[in-house]
Amino acid sequence: MGALKQFRLPDVGEGLTEGEILQWLVAVGETVTVNQPLCEVETAKAAVELPSPFAGTVTELLFDAGTMVDVGTPIITIDVGGDAATAAPATDEPAAGLIGGSAPGGRTAVLVGYGPRTTEARRRPRRSGQVVAERATAPIVLPEADYGSGGSERPPLLATAPDADTKPVRHGGLEVGRQAEAHALGGAAAPSSQAPQGRGRLRPLAKPPVRKYAKDLGVDLAAITGSGAGGVITRADVDAALAARGAGGTVLRGSFGAENGTPGEREQRIPIKGVRKHTAAAMVASAFTAPHVTEFLTVDVTRMMKLRARLAARPELAGVKVSPLLFVAKALLLAVGRHPMVNSSWDEAAQEIVVKDYVNLGIAAATPRGLVVPNIKDAARMSLAELAGALADLTATAREGRTAPADMAGGTITITNVGVFGVDTGTPILNPGESAILAFGAVREMPWVHKGKVVPRQVTQLALSFDHRIIDGELGSRFLADIGALLHDPGAALAF
Amino acid sequence: MTALRQATEVVDPVPGASAPHLPQQPDLVQLLTPEGERVEQPDYSLDISDEELRSLYRDLALVRRWDVEATALQRQGELGIWASLLGQEAAQVGAGRALADGDMAFPTYREHGVAWARGVDPLDVMSLFRGVDNGGWDPVARRFNLYTIVIGAQCLHATGYAMGVQRDGSEDAVLAFLGDGATSQGEVNEAMVFAASFAAPVVFFCQNNQYAISVPLERQTRIPLYQRAAGFGFPGVRVDGNDVLAVLAVTRAALQAAREGQGPTFIEAFTYRMGAHTTSDDPTRYRLASELEEWKLRDPIARLKAHLSRDGIADAAFFESVDAEGDELAARIRTGTVEMPDPAPSSMFEHVYAEQTPPLAAQQAEFEAYHASFEGGVER
Repeated sequence: MGALKQFRLPDVGEGLTEGEILQWLVAVGETVTVNQPLCEVETAKAAVELPSPFAGTVTELLFDAGTMVDVGTPIITIDVGGDAATAAPATDEPAAGLIGGSAPGGRTAVLVGYGPRTTEARRRPRRSGQVVAERATAPIVLPEADYGSGGSERPPLLATAPDADTKPVRHGGLEVGRQAEAHALGGAAAPSSQAPQGRGRLRPLAKPPVRKYAKDLGVDLAAITGSGAGGVITRADVDAALAARGAGGTVLRGSFGAENGTPGEREQRIPIKGVRKHTAAAMVASAFTAPHVTEFLTVDVTRMMKLRARLAARPELAGVKVSPLLFVAKALLLAVGRHPMVNSSWDEAAQEIVVKDYVNLGIAAATPRGLVVPNIKDAARMSLAELAGALADLTATAREGRTAPADMAGGTITITNVGVFGVDTGTPILNPGESAILAFGAVREMPWVHKGKVVPRQVTQLALSFDHRIIDGELGSRFLADIGALLHDPGAALAF
Repeated sequence: MTALRQATEVVDPVPGASAPHLPQQPDLVQLLTPEGERVEQPDYSLDISDEELRSLYRDLALVRRWDVEATALQRQGELGIWASLLGQEAAQVGAGRALADGDMAFPTYREHGVAWARGVDPLDVMSLFRGVDNGGWDPVARRFNLYTIVIGAQCLHATGYAMGVQRDGSEDAVLAFLGDGATSQGEVNEAMVFAASFAAPVVFFCQNNQYAISVPLERQTRIPLYQRAAGFGFPGVRVDGNDVLAVLAVTRAALQAAREGQGPTFIEAFTYRMGAHTTSDDPTRYRLASELEEWKLRDPIARLKAHLSRDGIADAAFFESVDAEGDELAARIRTGTVEMPDPAPSSMFEHVYAEQTPPLAAQQAEFEAYHASFEGGVER
């Protein structure tokens, strides 16, 4: 045996620390020449071939393909011939971490793998073994001429001119790139379900809606061969895969996870406490003590929306938010003035109906902690500007979770603004101790008969739930109709 | 007056068409087809001897052999990085050979072919990429500035140098190299404004290799690059960058015009970077292999080889001798690079100023004393 040389994994980019050996292009016992490609390595920057710095016979491949190797670690041992007594690799090697072994002149090249490093290479799962496996079966065309031995022979890796029988100079992973392209272009070599996963293809090609579609259906895109241009997976491919699976395979339940496992493992148990507990108690008390009736009204609020824009420009309303909710609140307060019985409560113990001369207007607010219903005290006496300010303060305080218990006590009537969630209407449950609650739906542009023609108008829905013990259908209807009339034509307020 | 006249002359719907020394620009100046056939361009007739043709081939082949060896050495951990010129040999050798002895060239970091044509020893370039010095050649003696890594900065140096030449009353011309990506840089545009305003004897030689690392040309410009010259007020011409004869002829004409006081010219050498931007780059991530295959058909060396063979200018023995010479060159580069001694740490003080300043001398002394304080000291 001659002198053994080891080739350490160089830093083929700038500042790389590791690389993955994609495949070996030589085998143990094979004779290699200087600059003959030894292996293909993929780093964070590029897939490249490593040419041999030595001429000789390969005696050992120190890592299998698919291994992550730290820069500076020996990867191959080559018998370069000559006197075996000159050195064995173990004794010939410089300190760990230095690259290149001993160079002529007895010095050590240290360009790569600066500093001592003793860590072992480690394995990681292959992203895809497919391409490498296919390539391994393809013959590697290697020039047979020994580098520098004869002037007339073409040296390996060099092609002074790209002849048909000469392998081109390869920079980067051009060969791999071609393979990936061949797959991407739907070449003949893509029969298996895994074929589209060329290296460098981190995930299957599909448009975002199709991706979502497949995810919702629990279909794994990696298992589908795309039929679209360039191998892109289409919606039809997903449907086909689902159908094929439905014929006998298992289908993942989308985002609900695996099907096995006991129900308890897939449930979350949340303690009932705080706002949730309070809300539940109030709703039960209300729903099972006060018989609820709900009435609906659809209103064209185009004029109100126009008035809103005009009012917002007025100096007295500068700095406050003139919202649709503000108009609903004002309309409700005006309507309460005409129908005071709706602003009342049922005193079971005293066997009396308590009719209030003041309105503490409750506003249901969604907060991070849950639903709270703070109220605006004596709202009926407020000007529009004051009411707007109070609404803003109330919602801001509630959203910050700083609503005081006193703010939530003593409410007399409530508005719930379900429209902010894009909802049309609902059947609200009364706030305990109150007799009426108004749900305000989303304001939408809808086809509407206006002056004998169907035209787009701003339309909303109102729903009024009331305590039928106190409020008859007639009173409830009139109250709701008044609110609707005020929102439809705010000028009607002059007649109130 | 020259500058003024030129500025008015180039106001023309076809940019560059009215340049006095470059009349009626074709879209692409070509003297040698990809198949190796000579074509005549009346404006750029090239009277060239067989000996010169063989010598051009030798330069192209040796430069490519050097490039291949350098790429391999980087992969073997012997160079920190390498910027390959693969595919751009003709543009560089043609431009380099167009320079007269006194002309000055300002390269980027990829002009190995120009360095070769200027007589720079390849090992003096390798030492830069091995990180043992900043370029081993004498830029004044070789009339070839040190490599400039900052994109486009050398265009300002070249224009400034050319304005100096102008003030010296010298007959020299200046050749500034740049890439397609550099045309988007402020420095390059500033250099062109000054060059045009002062009719500086500088030629801007842009190797349009189609990619600024991964950014394709269409992201750099909406019009052919050579047409930009019209906006600055000097002629622009596009030459087949893979045709060494056309590059030689066009560059010669532009340098001669500069020498005669006709001001700058912009040359767009239309070529292709067949390799990676540098060894740290993976071009398969941003361009198709089919594109590369297409450009291989326009290989700059193959077409000259075909021409030489077909016209009986060179025989098989000649090509074999060039190949052998290439192998010898590669072996010399390999051995020379691997054996390159590391510089003494204190050598970094030596070339900061032409004359050492007292504060720097003091720093150097302190630095050396510090290193000497370690057990065994360090080699000087």
